[in-house]
Amino acid sequence: MKPAPALAEGFPDLSGMRIAREPHWFRWLSAALIVLVLAAIARAFAAGQIEWSYVSRFLTAKVILEGIVNTMVMAVLAMALGIVLGIVVAIMRLSPNPVLKSVAAGYTWLFRGTPLILQLLLWFNLALVFPTIGIPGVWTARAVDVMTPFLAALLGLGINQGAYTSEVMRAGMLSVDIGQYEAAHAIGMGRLRALRRIILPQAMRVVIPPLGNEFIGMVKATSLASVIQYPEVLHSAENIYYANSRVIELLIVAGLWYLLVVSILTPLQMLLERRFARGTMQFAR
Amino acid sequence: MTKPLVAIRSVSKNFGEFQALKTVSLDVWPGEVMCLIGASGSGKTTLLRCINQLTAIDSGGIWLDGELLGVREQGGRLYRLTEREIGRQRLKTGMVFQRFNLFPHKTALENITEGPLQVQGRKSDEVRTEALELLRRVGLAAKAASYPAQLSGGQQQRVAIARALAMKPMLMLFDEPTSALDPELVGEVLAVMKELARSGMTMMVVTHELGFAREVADRVVYMDQGAIVEQGRASDVLAAPREERTKAFLSAVI
Repeated sequence: MKPAPALAEGFPDLSGMRIAREPHWFRWLSAALIVLVLAAIARAFAAGQIEWSYVSRFLTAKVILEGIVNTMVMAVLAMALGIVLGIVVAIMRLSPNPVLKSVAAGYTWLFRGTPLILQLLLWFNLALVFPTIGIPGVWTARAVDVMTPFLAALLGLGINQGAYTSEVMRAGMLSVDIGQYEAAHAIGMGRLRALRRIILPQAMRVVIPPLGNEFIGMVKATSLASVIQYPEVLHSAENIYYANSRVIELLIVAGLWYLLVVSILTPLQMLLERRFARGTMQFAR
Repeated sequence: MTKPLVAIRSVSKNFGEFQALKTVSLDVWPGEVMCLIGASGSGKTTLLRCINQLTAIDSGGIWLDGELLGVREQGGRLYRLTEREIGRQRLKTGMVFQRFNLFPHKTALENITEGPLQVQGRKSDEVRTEALELLRRVGLAAKAASYPAQLSGGQQQRVAIARALAMKPMLMLFDEPTSALDPELVGEVLAVMKELARSGMTMMVVTHELGFAREVADRVVYMDQGAIVEQGRASDVLAAPREERTKAFLSAVI
């Protein structure tokens, strides 16, 4: 039996030595600079023409609280409408039927192609076009009575959102492997059942991050409904500063509320993502 | 006289300029195990997919259990069946894919019960019992609660076979079931397929596993350029091919 070959000389034993910690001078320097700049900005605002007592007083004023509740109610309802429309339109867009396809493409083109504030104003002023609405002989009503600021905001925001959400949903459905459609068909599922049971649950995993984005956008887009007299938080803030002229203070109040709401939404999105990640996380075999 | 379970008559299929199937005719008899061999692009997978109607044929006809697939003949014209009717016809066949195509958001057990519960609308406790029995049959009784990502390729393919069997098909179609597997995992899938063949299931298997074909197949069909070149008993076609193209293919593969 041959002896094991000896290891070559000239390669010292490094076991037991540790890698030295790097000093990271630049990180410390840049962090210090940023703290300085932030301190300067804070000082400027503290010394500026802002009555902070008004901010703290109006932060929890009844009108403001009602406003933020209205903002959230509108954001949730309009987003729900947008998601429902988005799923339906995405399914139509991917359907083999050319009529459904064109209708879906036309909807997306129209509502993505015009400004949201213009759409809100159109819905709110629908009475100028159609003084009465309804089904002749069954039910009719004056459009001004039906098209309240709430309904106009809901339709304007929701239908606009649907146009954007449909593209997010379509991307999610396209991200699912073609083999999943085939496997679903092979066990006798039709197109709609395959979409509902197999494709959409898998697409959800992909679409939740962009939908979270869209929802945060929606929370802020509700502020546009202030132009059609929907009493959301910015509208409430405006009404107060028309009376007391504390413009900046009230805008800061509204801004803080938006920041708070958006901060709460981020962890909620993570919970949802985990729910739809079932089966995709790798475990030890 | 028994009738063929599958009767394929003058079936053609083009993908653009490419002729995938050129007037193919073939019978598959009840209880028969047929292996389809040939180079990639020879049309064997397309033929399988046409039987399961994942691919629509351009001309000709396929009868399964005496029923014309995909279309209905009336007054000398053919009318396409509705999606619902095609779905009902698909229930007679079980399909096993090269890349498994298990539903990743469902456990092994849920993958198997999905069809019987959602499509066939059967009772859940009865379906569950059968699904557990199928998992035991493919040797995965302990993996009922595992998600596909937690299973090896061979285990996933065995679940996929169980999923297809859960619909109680008359015919099992296998599209290169071991081609995506690591070599050491091929055996466990072939073992399940051999057991299935012994149980009397009618099977059409597109495969490159000539050893499996030699051992299990009643008939081997060699396809090339969208046409059937040679067919016969496995021992004849594989050991003593008559056609030059078959000889060339077999010598290249072995």
